[in-house]
Amino acid sequence: MRPLYELSRLGMCYDGAAVLDVEGLEFAAGEMISVVGPNGAGKSTLLGVMAGLKPGYTGSCRFEGREVRDWPRRLFARAVSFVPQTLRLEFPFTAEQVVMMGRTPYCDGLFEAPEDQQAVERAMATTDTLEFRQRDFRSLSGGERQRVVLAAALAQEPRVLLLDEPATFLDVKHQLAIHDILRELSRAEGVLVVAATHDLNQAAAYSDRMVVLDHGKVVAEGAPAEALRPDVLEKVFGVAARVERMDGGELWIRFGGAAGKGAQT
Amino acid sequence: MRLLESRRAALGAAAILAAVVAVAAPLIGPAAIDFGKVWAGLSPDAEIFYYARLPRVLLALVAGGALSVTGVLFQALVRDALADPYVLGVAGGASLGAVLAISFGWHGAAGVSGVWLAASAGAAAALLLVLAIATQGGRMSSFTLLLAGITINSICAAAILFLHNIVEFSQSFVVLRWLMGGTQPVEYSTVGWLTLVVAVVLVVIMRRARDWNLLAVGEEWAAARGLAVQRLMITGFIAGSLLTGAVTAITGPIGFVGLIVPHALRIRWGADHRFLIPAAFLAGASFLAVCDSVARTVMAPAEIPVGVITAMLGGPFFIALLRSRRRSLWL
Repeated sequence: MRPLYELSRLGMCYDGAAVLDVEGLEFAAGEMISVVGPNGAGKSTLLGVMAGLKPGYTGSCRFEGREVRDWPRRLFARAVSFVPQTLRLEFPFTAEQVVMMGRTPYCDGLFEAPEDQQAVERAMATTDTLEFRQRDFRSLSGGERQRVVLAAALAQEPRVLLLDEPATFLDVKHQLAIHDILRELSRAEGVLVVAATHDLNQAAAYSDRMVVLDHGKVVAEGAPAEALRPDVLEKVFGVAARVERMDGGELWIRFGGAAGKGAQT
Repeated sequence: MRLLESRRAALGAAAILAAVVAVAAPLIGPAAIDFGKVWAGLSPDAEIFYYARLPRVLLALVAGGALSVTGVLFQALVRDALADPYVLGVAGGASLGAVLAISFGWHGAAGVSGVWLAASAGAAAALLLVLAIATQGGRMSSFTLLLAGITINSICAAAILFLHNIVEFSQSFVVLRWLMGGTQPVEYSTVGWLTLVVAVVLVVIMRRARDWNLLAVGEEWAAARGLAVQRLMITGFIAGSLLTGAVTAITGPIGFVGLIVPHALRIRWGADHRFLIPAAFLAGASFLAVCDSVARTVMAPAEIPVGVITAMLGGPFFIALLRSRRRSLWL
């Protein structure tokens, strides 16, 4: 089967400085991908390009065989949805109104159809957000907001879900719940999930494949055990790292000391 | 669903209120008139009602509604509840445009009044300038936006004073009368033209009501849901400039209507623009018509410009709003 996304020689510059320089990457339907790397590695930029939010890229980023920037926006929004890291609102929209905005690419005219309302109900049930549907989004906690934003993305019924650090503000319980939701989406419905994250252990536990970015370049890529090698982690994150296996076979990454000074020397 | 019901009820109430104001406000004024005599067409009550007061009240209704909707629109576009045509300097630009046209006797082109065209162009120019100043690297600072707006207003006010001083006496009088602002007796035809312009722009804005919701959340948010953000924003800025220009050309600068009315509505009924736009129009219409009735009665037979009343209400309101969100403003 043809991959959903094909990236080749993908570049992006801000003020003349290259922040992204990806030689080649492919993502297929149903995969669960984590993109990791230090701050400023280009994770958000990569997701932004894939989400069609940064049309000024160079090289090629194809979705279903067609350049992302050439897609009709509305059609593209029915296929790909993007979950930003945070959402700050100036105005008093309710949680449900925020989720309903996910239905925009399906709506004609001023008002939503009954199937839009059903999609919103489903998305809010999945993310456990129904109980505060009528509350002002701004009054919710960081974790509640994050789940509402995810619900808005689910209501969009996409084939691809791009998430920028989806679990940052969540407590452990909801972190696990969100990862289970994402896994279920990818397994049962064949949704491609690409998430940028800082939590290597979570990423290793849940991903099929990981992409390690540094200074905009892919420095390692593959199954968690292949991508997260101690030498890669040390070079990229600048700290000593050990990769161990737990009893169940899961990877367990431990950091200690700055590179060159820690246990490794 | 309860909120939906309450919004419908609020819209209905706002419509009834506007209708009541439209009939009741012309009865109020320095000379007492009797509605029975007006109904029977008796002189002079009917003349006062139909020729002195009704067009003026209609003007206040349409202008108040338009300014209030413009506030809603600008607030969504720059994602800032403090934005309105006055605060952003757009009204100042419109005023300067209008005064330029009056001072140099520009009568317009293609049958459109020069003052209207110049005011709309001035509004658009001021808006572009303020946005250019406040935008840096694709992001807009609320703080810079407000400062830029205030500065543009000051510059425009200075330029107007300068023009007022160099033009001939007859023009100078026209400028002064226009600057006093408010809703001096107008012709029905003027009100008719304004209503037409406002109605057309309102239809354009209202058709996009759902899209303003997404834009009020964020440009990226709207773009990721398939909206053509740039086109949407340009539409909004042109619509806002046209409304501000058309209203200001007739009434002179009237501030804060677009700030008070939308904010008050949002607190109770939320931010959905499908409700907010029609509600802001109706409530803004009633608000300005009532302010205008106050303006022409409290010091009767002398009149206060209606802009003075709205500024006296709006100034403290603006400061309270500013204080309540000072923290986020400094971010």
